[in-house]
Amino acid sequence: MRLPVLAALAASFALPALADAWDDTVAAARGQTVYWNAWGGDERTNDFIAWASGELEAKYGVTISQVKLSDTAEAVTRVIAEKAAGQDEGGSVDMIWINGANFLSMKEQGLLHGPFLGNLPNAAYLDLSNGSAAVVDFTIPTEGYESPWRLAKFVLTHDSARVAEPPKSMTSLLEWSKANPGRFTHPSVSNFMGATFLKQALIELAPDAAILRDEATEETFYAATEPLWAWYDQLRPTLWRGGETFPENESVLQQMLNDGEVDFAMAFDPAAAAAAVERGLLPDTVRSYAPAGGSIGNISFVAIPFNASHKEGAMVVANFLLDPATQAKAQDITVLGSYSVLDPTKLDDTAKAAFAALPSSPALPSNEALGPTLNEPHPSWMTRITEEWAKRYTE
Amino acid sequence: MTSTEGRPLRLLVLVVVLAGLVLPILAGLWETARAAFGILPAIGAETVSVVPWRQLLSQPGFGTSLMLTLWTGFASTLLALLLAAGFAAAMHERFGPRDGARIIAPFLATPHAALAIGLAFLIAPSGWIARLLSPWATGWDLPPDIATVHDGMGLALILGLLVKEVPFFLLVILAALSQLPARRHLRAARALGYGRGVAWIKVLGPQVYPLIRLPVYVVLSFALSVVDMAIILGPSNPPVLSVAVTRWFLAADTTLILPASAAALVQSGVVILGIALWWGAERAIIGIGRVWIRRGGRGLSAEPGIMAAGGVTLLLMALGAAAIVALMLWSLAWRWSFPQPLPESWSLGAWMRPGAGWGAALGDTLAIGLAATALSLVLAVAWLEGEDRAHMPRARWAEAMIYLPLLVPQIAFLYGLNVAFLRLGLSGNMGAVIWAHALFVFPYVMIALSDPWRALDPKLLRAAAALGAGPARRLFAVKLPILLRPILTAAAIGFAVSVAQYLPTLFIGAGRVATLTTEAVTLSSGSDRRVTGVYAVLQAALPFAAYLAALTLPTLLQRNRAGLSGGVA
Repeated sequence: MRLPVLAALAASFALPALADAWDDTVAAARGQTVYWNAWGGDERTNDFIAWASGELEAKYGVTISQVKLSDTAEAVTRVIAEKAAGQDEGGSVDMIWINGANFLSMKEQGLLHGPFLGNLPNAAYLDLSNGSAAVVDFTIPTEGYESPWRLAKFVLTHDSARVAEPPKSMTSLLEWSKANPGRFTHPSVSNFMGATFLKQALIELAPDAAILRDEATEETFYAATEPLWAWYDQLRPTLWRGGETFPENESVLQQMLNDGEVDFAMAFDPAAAAAAVERGLLPDTVRSYAPAGGSIGNISFVAIPFNASHKEGAMVVANFLLDPATQAKAQDITVLGSYSVLDPTKLDDTAKAAFAALPSSPALPSNEALGPTLNEPHPSWMTRITEEWAKRYTE
Repeated sequence: MTSTEGRPLRLLVLVVVLAGLVLPILAGLWETARAAFGILPAIGAETVSVVPWRQLLSQPGFGTSLMLTLWTGFASTLLALLLAAGFAAAMHERFGPRDGARIIAPFLATPHAALAIGLAFLIAPSGWIARLLSPWATGWDLPPDIATVHDGMGLALILGLLVKEVPFFLLVILAALSQLPARRHLRAARALGYGRGVAWIKVLGPQVYPLIRLPVYVVLSFALSVVDMAIILGPSNPPVLSVAVTRWFLAADTTLILPASAAALVQSGVVILGIALWWGAERAIIGIGRVWIRRGGRGLSAEPGIMAAGGVTLLLMALGAAAIVALMLWSLAWRWSFPQPLPESWSLGAWMRPGAGWGAALGDTLAIGLAATALSLVLAVAWLEGEDRAHMPRARWAEAMIYLPLLVPQIAFLYGLNVAFLRLGLSGNMGAVIWAHALFVFPYVMIALSDPWRALDPKLLRAAAALGAGPARRLFAVKLPILLRPILTAAAIGFAVSVAQYLPTLFIGAGRVATLTTEAVTLSSGSDRRVTGVYAVLQAALPFAAYLAALTLPTLLQRNRAGLSGGVA
């Protein structure tokens, strides 16, 4: 019984100090404009950022100016160029919406400010235990250098009017597709979504999924992917058009589900189908779910460059994004439909009520139907799988 | 007889054409060639090597892409030519060239991308045709798993090309026939006992073909290198070469630009080889044909073929029209699911939100189209006026220069041109995009305007000169007003060409300039046909509006000069 007592003691000493430091940050942030470099390709996300700016201005006197990127690498390149030019402060980028390879490259080159996550009061709502999805970014430990803000997770969508009992694993999917030839397919593997489908299958089928956390080598790649290719060799002839051709991306696949050409679509966003029903793009009988063993998910983060001009403002924004009220707003399918990154067990009753009050849709999967979130394999696996697939299946 | 009159004007035109049209193409080809052999300093590639070629050969599907390109290019061009000739033979005597042009104009005006998007929906397994026939005739409650779009053989792509190319060939054939004493020759041939079909093949064919040879090469080059239509209708795994090259150029992995450049050179090689093969086939057919014609067979056997060609052509036109109607329906639909023959619920939602993108795209399309057309028109008038003042017929090299941008595949020089523009700091701005569009607008304006310009009655000009009007006054007070109708028609054609451009906007605009065409092609691989429908309908409507203006404006402006016919056009 001594350990919890100690922990409680430590917490009670640490908290006031933390709170003081945070008050200083908030005070310094007042009046700052945070240049948030974020991918600008999604209208709903841009609207959400504009909304956040208004809220922040009212509460903290901080505004956000979104620098709309077509590729996150643009912001990384800008910071690299500034460092090369010796500009160690007053940089043009205050905050970046970042993930995976870009984060790794910035962290390795010492281009990030931090660690700062521990300073954010709202980080208390996160599951910060070792290996949790909130502290690992494509297998790379974040070590407090970035702060989570939205969740992406692989789901399958089916039309419940046509398929009552959808297959819940990759093995049963193969059985289903054999029994219903031509009714399933995945986006082209050169597309991110198609590659994610194969990664999901890889995690389920690999003899030892732990190996996927490390960079793929010749040896580990062939050992781990052999069952995947054996499975795919059987699946492919049963696919739509005999697996000779594939829809270009998940949007086309969604349209094919709507047209009744296939019975399944897939997305990296559990709310995608519900949002599509809302916009009249799918029948209201569609349902989304994750495979029974869980599905690949990753959390999108925000990071602050080492030379940012408005570090305090950026931290206030990062903290605001973790606020349960903000996360509940983001999860609203009429707003963003992006699932919360917070740990539900750490929420108080008010916060829980805010999530419970969100508009619902039958197409929206329940938390049970979503299952656990599986970590992304090391980035090298995706590259190799895509290349190997192209070699095997392009005539 | 040449003259020194108007020499400064001709010199100026020559300089503008060389610097504005020929130079960019050569510069683009040069940059592409350099990149193909490993030189592209922008991505740190600075040593000459053949590695890009080795990379290209090891790209999965490269060989298949090449075969698909040759097959779809040749099959569509040959078939389109035969169908158009058959249709002209079947229908020629029923209407004159003017009626023909009027029927054909809508098909020529509709941009490739819009037509392809409509066609893709029409013929898809879950498309409109299947919806109209299901389930009562087909028994399908669900769409069948048949490849009718993106099929591995490229048949959908060939169909799409046919819908666009048959009307084009028809137009040039009818124009050529109007220059020949076609009816007289046919009557004579039939009096000598030749069947109608055989008379066409043996008597008119050999006279018409030389007149339409260049347009045939243009179509062949186009069909071998088309990108937008091939993205929407063509095979996808692997695609035809031009689409593969475009994808490699635009891939996130910038090292692919080098093999893509090598492939762009291969693409030009394919076109050169294609035209050479076609030319060789022409020689062979001329040789064999002479013997065959001299043998004097009178056979009647060509008649069923001609009727079939006429029928198929009418079917193609019906498909084209239905494709556009399907787009309009989609733009007004809320939900339209299989197998409903019409949308279940309607909505103006997509039309009510210009702010969602189509407003800006429409503005850019208009601005680029109007500017590129105006520039091209001024240059074309200056060129033709220069020829008039020199009393000089057009040299063959000059004719070739006009056709150059239409014969060189776009993909072979546009990326290189973008590299050159980048170096000059021009890439990604509207001016550069307008310039790139003008490269393709100018030839069409020039071709459309040349014949009516030459057909202008010289007596009018002589009378004006006798009354003391100088060259400038003759141009502005006599030629331009009289030629208003053909000038506006040429402008409408030029505008339609600009609206339809895909690659020039994509490459030179560096992703920052979005027109209806680039947006429609992108959206065609999205999930919302209703929004795609709005873009495609607008894209098809703009050229129509331009043609309508060209048709009505002269009547309005010159209602007090009823006799003004604009030459014999």
